[in-house]
Amino acid sequence: MRRKFLVLAASVLVAAACGGSQPEPETPAPVAVDSTAIKEQMRRDSIAAAERARAEAERRAAEEAMAAAALITTRLTAEVHDMINFDFDRSDIRMEDEANLDRKAAIMMANDAVRLRIAGHADERGSDEYNLALGNRRAESAKRYLVNQGVDGSRINIVSFGEERPLDPAQTEDAWAKNRRDEFEMTAGASQLVAPN
Amino acid sequence: MRRWIGALPLVLVAGSLVAQDSVPPVDQGVRVGIEYTPGIRPRLVVFPGPGFDSVRSILQRDLDYSDRFELIYVGYQQDGASAGSVNYDLYRKLGAQYGVELTPSGGATVVRLHDLDAGEVRSHQTVIFPPPDAPEFRMAVHQISDEIVRWVTGTSGYAASRLAYVGRKRLWIVDSDGVRNVSLTGADEAVLSPAWSPDGRRIVYTRFNEGMGSLQLLFLAGGSTVTIPSTRNGLNYASAFSPDGRTLAYTRSGEGGTDIFRVDVGDMCCLQRLTVGRYADNLSPTYSPDGRRIAFVSTRAGPPQIYVMSADGTDQELLASFDFGATGSSFAPEWSPDGAQVAFHRAIEGRFQVFVLDLASRRVRQLTSAGRNEDPTWAPDGRHVAFVSTRSGRRQLWIVDTETGRIRQLGTPDAVRLPSWSRRFGGAAGVNH
Repeated sequence: MRRKFLVLAASVLVAAACGGSQPEPETPAPVAVDSTAIKEQMRRDSIAAAERARAEAERRAAEEAMAAAALITTRLTAEVHDMINFDFDRSDIRMEDEANLDRKAAIMMANDAVRLRIAGHADERGSDEYNLALGNRRAESAKRYLVNQGVDGSRINIVSFGEERPLDPAQTEDAWAKNRRDEFEMTAGASQLVAPN
Repeated sequence: MRRWIGALPLVLVAGSLVAQDSVPPVDQGVRVGIEYTPGIRPRLVVFPGPGFDSVRSILQRDLDYSDRFELIYVGYQQDGASAGSVNYDLYRKLGAQYGVELTPSGGATVVRLHDLDAGEVRSHQTVIFPPPDAPEFRMAVHQISDEIVRWVTGTSGYAASRLAYVGRKRLWIVDSDGVRNVSLTGADEAVLSPAWSPDGRRIVYTRFNEGMGSLQLLFLAGGSTVTIPSTRNGLNYASAFSPDGRTLAYTRSGEGGTDIFRVDVGDMCCLQRLTVGRYADNLSPTYSPDGRRIAFVSTRAGPPQIYVMSADGTDQELLASFDFGATGSSFAPEWSPDGAQVAFHRAIEGRFQVFVLDLASRRVRQLTSAGRNEDPTWAPDGRHVAFVSTRSGRRQLWIVDTETGRIRQLGTPDAVRLPSWSRRFGGAAGVNH
């Protein structure tokens, strides 16, 4: 009885493995069969199953690795894009922003293909044209800091928006503080980033 | 003899209702207090008469805005007596010293300036005014207004001029009396730093694009623009023509900081760097009218202040004195057309105010105190200064007479900034716009 079940199960498996391309024999399978053939069939079946399982595991692992890499890239991108702010009419890097820039430098050094654009911005209280120079100086400041950390200067491009593109158009201390900033944007090599050691 | 008696009750004296900034005592070394002294200006009347209504109203306003006269307005109620001799006695009784008479002569108009005390015509000119709906009409009237000012004072007025400015990122021009605002650029382009060429035929401006800016030379006659080749890359702005119109000095920001360069815009060649500011910025050049010197802003001593150098970049020195730590930052210098003064703005108690520096005495004088006031630009008469002020609640153009302190608003739409005043338009130059 148990054996019969196995034979049936095996034939179902064979049918399934063959994907129905092999027509069902017209006569019922004989009860007594060659046990060697069955064993051979079972061996083959278990190998196929194991291979499928391994392929599935590999696919899943690859997917997970990709997701993890994407997650890292997203996280590192956010770290590179994280803005820094400045005091009124100043362009020197504030102490609280040094860790932020250190991290950007490490990420850039771990990812040679990355190129960076730093855009300096000013609040509206300054003189319109002077603010373009001030924004430029703020962008230069961050670039100089990164270069001092070991990043190749040719990978960094600076621009200035002066007061032309405020984040917050309100005329409040809070808004002005937000608007005095450097923005960072990767212009190349940003599709996949590896974390620095 | 004409019969003007019916006009008498309509006499008004202009100038009594104008605004004026009271200047508080600030900053050591600042000579404060503008004395507005009505009454020392000669009284002038534009004679009423048939026709010429639009000419007369533009003329009257120009002469008022010149701040050289007190205008007496006389209504027209005459009985059609033909032109003959002027009733000098009547106008003398009104206190007028000068009278302007317009009389038709064939297709032309004779403009006469009467010296009422002497009882004679002092100067006259025959003008053919374009029809009032022609685009050249207003400028033609402005030009005769400037002549009348010159006949009386020896110095031309500034009516025949225009201002360029930036409004909603576009480049605009407007006549000196605030009429005819015309936009010269489209919505697809963000404009900064316009500056007139001395002949009024070109305007240079910055086309700002994603943190970069090229200098565009706009030819007003055809409306075409040319990119100045040395400014194709980087951020280029705050430019100024040399008085001969051949050279353009401009500011360039980028790797290595912000410095002043000059380029020959006749041949588009011969780029030269005028300042080398390691860790200091140099910007906003303005030429002296003899073309030999350039005033500019520099941060070499820390806070931005006004410096001067020879036009080749040598002999750089501080121009407008300041007390370190006490005097606020100073910006946006513009040399006056007569060469005697430099206007600029300086932070006073955290807000910008317009100042003029007298070059002979090296003393600065504060011109404004109400609201935030910045980016001064000289009228062609070397006496009036236009600037951006928030005194009305938003950034608008205002004009101050540096002699009397009289201030008026120039009518412009929306919020405006970065004005540049043209030189006087003579002949037909720049009229067709």
